[in-house]
Amino acid sequence: MNATKILISTGIALLLAGCDTTPSIPDPEPDGTVYGSDGSSADTYGSGDDRYEDGVVVDYDPNDPTGGELADTIYFEFDSSEVGPDYTDVVVRHATLLANDQRLSVRLDGHADERGSREYNIGLGERRAQAVRQLLLLQGASPGQIKTVSFGEERPEAFGSDEASYAQNRRVVFNYEN
Amino acid sequence: MKQLTTLILALLAFSTATADLTIEITEGGIKRAPIAVVPFGWSGEGDMPVDVDGVIAADLNRSGRFEPIPQENMLQRPTEGTNIDFDDWTILNVSAVVIGRVEQTGANAYSVQFQLFDPYRRVQLVGYRMPASRGTMRRVAHRLADMIYEELTGIAGVFATKVTYVTADRQGSETTYRLVVADYDGENEVVIMESKDPIMSPAWSPDSRRIAYVSFEGNRSSIFIQTLRTGNRLKVSSRPGINGAPSFSPDGRKLVLTQGGVDGNLDIYVLDVTSRQTTRLTDHRAIDTEGTWSPDGRYIYFTSDRSGGPQVYRVPATGGTAERITFEGGYNARPRLSPDGEKLATVFNDRGNFRIAVMDLDSKEVVVVSTGAQDESPSFAPNSDTLIYATRQRGNGVLETVTADGLIRQRLTSGRSDVREPVWSPFERF
Repeated sequence: MNATKILISTGIALLLAGCDTTPSIPDPEPDGTVYGSDGSSADTYGSGDDRYEDGVVVDYDPNDPTGGELADTIYFEFDSSEVGPDYTDVVVRHATLLANDQRLSVRLDGHADERGSREYNIGLGERRAQAVRQLLLLQGASPGQIKTVSFGEERPEAFGSDEASYAQNRRVVFNYEN
Repeated sequence: MKQLTTLILALLAFSTATADLTIEITEGGIKRAPIAVVPFGWSGEGDMPVDVDGVIAADLNRSGRFEPIPQENMLQRPTEGTNIDFDDWTILNVSAVVIGRVEQTGANAYSVQFQLFDPYRRVQLVGYRMPASRGTMRRVAHRLADMIYEELTGIAGVFATKVTYVTADRQGSETTYRLVVADYDGENEVVIMESKDPIMSPAWSPDSRRIAYVSFEGNRSSIFIQTLRTGNRLKVSSRPGINGAPSFSPDGRKLVLTQGGVDGNLDIYVLDVTSRQTTRLTDHRAIDTEGTWSPDGRYIYFTSDRSGGPQVYRVPATGGTAERITFEGGYNARPRLSPDGEKLATVFNDRGNFRIAVMDLDSKEVVVVSTGAQDESPSFAPNSDTLIYATRQRGNGVLETVTADGLIRQRLTSGRSDVREPVWSPFERF
């Protein structure tokens, strides 16, 4: 598997092109705090309302069996649970990891933006997590390896009430559980 | 559809030393009736334990329907009905006069008395005396305000009720979620549950003694029922996948809730709290969630996007065919019925803004009663006259109340937190 391929995919290249200084994947903090899980990675990659339109955000997670070199977050269009074509490669690679190592298990956290009713948004987040789960299963992962949790709008990554924040919050995050 | 306009009438802020929520009267579409709440007489040791007339005046003021006149304008301050001079009140144009007194009758025993007069007809409308202790005197004052309000408006007062809501405090990457119970006016706030993981969807039991809610502790959703007096909690639903949107049956024995299972197909279930038996009510690949009982117990109203966007449907509580209820607008979610069974509140997409709409179930007329962009979680007061819901102010969740006709709206501001998901308690049973 070519680990560097994903980093130089067009999405990432676009992201990096928008920044003054070339960002690197952050090191884990000494206390083991996970970067990116609290929205801090959003600032790392500069600002711009359309920065997630085509991009694939790379987050570092010490538990990630991909070594942080595979995107752990998939973003969705408004009112959609369709995994966009930009993410096909990411999902295939996660599925391959899971299929190759049955001891691995992953929790897919589904999220929605803040608009509308909270419990209905739980449903929308679940629908996104299930869309990713189905793709993983199609690509050879086993049902027992995958759990889904929907947090709806309860755990936003971005806290603004604007489309840029909403776009960051409509997401599914891979959490490997060992 | 009626789109209601409101005007800012008054900005009277009541702040309290301890409460997280304070109530401001922000908007009202009707003229408020002047009323006199005369300072109560007091006989006993030291000061009156609770400012009873102050509590009554504040309650009537917060109702949005009355405007207590300043004490310095009063020409007399009687504490007994026999001393009242009606001309002193008609000259001030007040529509009603409240007088009363508090007497200490023992070490921690008091007698609270009030009388309500119509100065134009020169008659007493209602008079009442109640025993109280230092601990119960504030609630007694709220109950007196309830009696005054009901006598004057014909609408049951809700001044002695409570609300529960969820707060979220974000500090760095960590958020602390709290489930809070407070008096309707924000006093006596008690945190009944605190977690670093989200807490959602609180629901009162009909006897006001228990609250069901969703907790994400351990990165999974579970439904708990917590008894307020003891703090004991019972995990009643923790299947794989989603466990959400609990709501008690009118008899308090069952919960309607949402389960998603491994495959994430959200459907409505009814859980018998005692036997723990679960009955499936809907079986549809769409999102079915946010079930709530009709007050007569016959139907479960719920949100489903089986037609595309979310709309409200209902199904017989014993099972059967789902029937669509809302047709106006492309987004109707989180249904809640008024306790009198006549109105349905939803989260409604009003030209791109999520607002609270109230539909008259008979006439099908829909009124949008809120004015925000992210309004959510409508909940009726037990008198069916007023709703509470969450809106946003500078990025933070705050609570508002509004009458079901949309005419009187008030904001409950929060001292610190992001406040969401308010639910009004039933009437307390004494």
